[in-house]
Amino acid sequence: MESSFSSPRNDSFPAGLRVLVVDDDPTWLKILEKMLKKCSYEVTTCGLARDALNLLREKKDGYDIVVSDVNMPDMDGFKLLEHVGLEMDLPVIMMSVDGETSRVMKGVQHGACDYLLKPIRMKELRNIWQHVFRKKIHEIRDIESHESIEGIQLIRNGSDQYDEGYFFSAEDLTSLRKRKDVDNKYDDKDFSDCSSAKKARVVWSVDLHQKFVKAVHQIGFDKVGPKKILDLMNVPWLTRENVASHLQKYRLYLSRLQKENDIKSSFGGTKHSDYSSKDLQGILSVQNSINIQQNDVAHGSYRFSGNNLVAQNADPKSNEGDIKGIVSEPVAEPKKGTTGNIPDSQKTRSSQMDFNSSYAETQKGLVGNVPDSQKIRSSQMRVNHSFASVESEVNLTAFDSTIPATYSWNQIQLEKEHKPLIQLNNGFSKPPLPGPQHHFQADQLQSIPSISSRPSIPGEDVTGSSKSKPSYSEYTNHHGSHVSPTISATDSFPGQTKSCVVDHQLSETISTSTSNMKNQGINLSTDLESAQRNLILGSTSPFASLDDEFQICWYQGDCYGMNLELQNVEFSEYTDPIHVTEVPAHLYDALRFEYPCDPSEYSVLDQGLFIA
Amino acid sequence: MDRNQLQRQVALKRSSLFEQQFLDSQQFVQLEDLEDDANPNFVEEIVTLFYKDSARLFQKIEQTMQSRPIDFGKLDDYMHQFKGSSSSIGAIKVKNECSQFKEFCLAGNAEGCFWAFQRVKQEHHTLRIQLESYFQLRKQAGLVRRF
Repeated sequence: MESSFSSPRNDSFPAGLRVLVVDDDPTWLKILEKMLKKCSYEVTTCGLARDALNLLREKKDGYDIVVSDVNMPDMDGFKLLEHVGLEMDLPVIMMSVDGETSRVMKGVQHGACDYLLKPIRMKELRNIWQHVFRKKIHEIRDIESHESIEGIQLIRNGSDQYDEGYFFSAEDLTSLRKRKDVDNKYDDKDFSDCSSAKKARVVWSVDLHQKFVKAVHQIGFDKVGPKKILDLMNVPWLTRENVASHLQKYRLYLSRLQKENDIKSSFGGTKHSDYSSKDLQGILSVQNSINIQQNDVAHGSYRFSGNNLVAQNADPKSNEGDIKGIVSEPVAEPKKGTTGNIPDSQKTRSSQMDFNSSYAETQKGLVGNVPDSQKIRSSQMRVNHSFASVESEVNLTAFDSTIPATYSWNQIQLEKEHKPLIQLNNGFSKPPLPGPQHHFQADQLQSIPSISSRPSIPGEDVTGSSKSKPSYSEYTNHHGSHVSPTISATDSFPGQTKSCVVDHQLSETISTSTSNMKNQGINLSTDLESAQRNLILGSTSPFASLDDEFQICWYQGDCYGMNLELQNVEFSEYTDPIHVTEVPAHLYDALRFEYPCDPSEYSVLDQGLFIA
Repeated sequence: MDRNQLQRQVALKRSSLFEQQFLDSQQFVQLEDLEDDANPNFVEEIVTLFYKDSARLFQKIEQTMQSRPIDFGKLDDYMHQFKGSSSSIGAIKVKNECSQFKEFCLAGNAEGCFWAFQRVKQEHHTLRIQLESYFQLRKQAGLVRRF
């Protein structure tokens, strides 16, 4: 059953559904095998969880769904569930003779699509295909929405936007976001990097990323190449460059995943359930954001702060310390590429932090930092500072391993939101002066996007609501305070992508500020603030959805490449550090709570922004 | 005995198994439904597998009960596995005795566990006898597939 990239079962779905059954009870194993075969599914049985994992890992695309018993001798069914969700992102159905509510709840918490009670009826098994189908639909939706957003942006922006790039009407964050996205695209192309071809910012949605991963697996990691992947993915609007950059990120992500796994295992102890999903998410998001940023930077040629960030990220834990330090540093140095990382890391860190606070246990484990807003703040500060530095910290420390994960996650989020964000950044990075307030915002937002992109708060920026503007205004005054826009960057929150218009704006501001400031850094904070605000305002819901998606992606582990592009670009802009102070704490909070999906992200951003 | 009579006997036997709660009709019928050309004696195969697994688990339980101090957690675990196994063929009475045993385990009542375990084995044995005669009848009636 190999799985070809496009599952063979597609023709007569659900017939041919490839099911992996794991149960230590030989009697049940045989019965289930027979039952599933009767449903015309392709069945593979396994008596041990370990064997099942090996099978799954060998053929990443070899199965569509996993059915597993809860009680198994070698490994707890819940643990297996987590692994599958993280590594393969396949739907998992749990089974048990014990139907106690607490157990069922635990199963759901761990990510089980369904929980069946033994004795299992045929009709229950007949319907398991719905879980596979549902996932597919979500993927498609992601891609479509991604595409449509891009389309809209392009239409809206047109050439005017293009020039104005930074001119985003505040009133409509959404449109702003869209425009920004488009603008970002254009900006990116034009301003950020003359050399870089005009490449539209690609939002690597979960679906898209999964397609990408599938293609990579199909080709074989050794022989993989952008062109081959692109062909296999068969996504019309995707360019070879998009794939190339994504591949780069993915590679980084994978290497990080290794480390992360190590870290994870150490964390694993804490509420694993929570941890696994949440923490990972956080971490992943962070990572993603970081990764993304890096990539973005590379792409967007906004290479500014990225470098800074990297440098600073050395230790997420020391966020606070770092932040301060960073803040003081002139962000100016537009190191390319790294920017992306740093902001993300910051973000992620914050988000992680936040995340941690909410999930208390996980955070600590993950980030290594104290999950308190303070920390996040500091990280944020850092971020602002150089944005890049923040991220780098994040990246380095805890997220190293997670980063890849986060990356994917962020990606997901970013995807949604990214669009707008990216645009912002792009535009932003270019113009040295944010220009009028509007611009500023736009710029800032742009920068934010990069930032947010990392943390996966992307959505926020974009959708944000004009609210972000307020913070924006702060920025405008000081370029330095671009930081606030970074908040929007936080949009990268997984869930947020949708509504992050606000953030978007913020990011814009941030970006603008960053660009202006390069040394200012502070602007970022301001932006972040607004971004945050926006996030809060705008994006509550989207995050939730993003969360799911992002979770999905994130778990995949493959989702490495997501939206890095978006993020990177923006971040670099943020070299300005410290103006984070601007970022209002409330925003941070708001962000934090607003987007459950990606609370961590927000917090990160917020934190960063709130240097003060 | 002619075929029809035999077949009737089989049907009767089957009904009585359900009525006496030896077997859960839903689950058992479902197993029978799974019988086809590829697996004409599927039910019997499953039941045989069940016996094999039961023997293994019984042995483990006995060993655990003999060790001192008694590890009730382990006992509960094994019994849980056995319970799951017995649910596969729809063994109602056996399953009930398993639940009883588990309760004693939770209470840390060694004596209760011993007693309950005896009952589990008893019911298991009875069911086995019943099923064997049932399958015998089926073979005699020339019924390979579900009627």
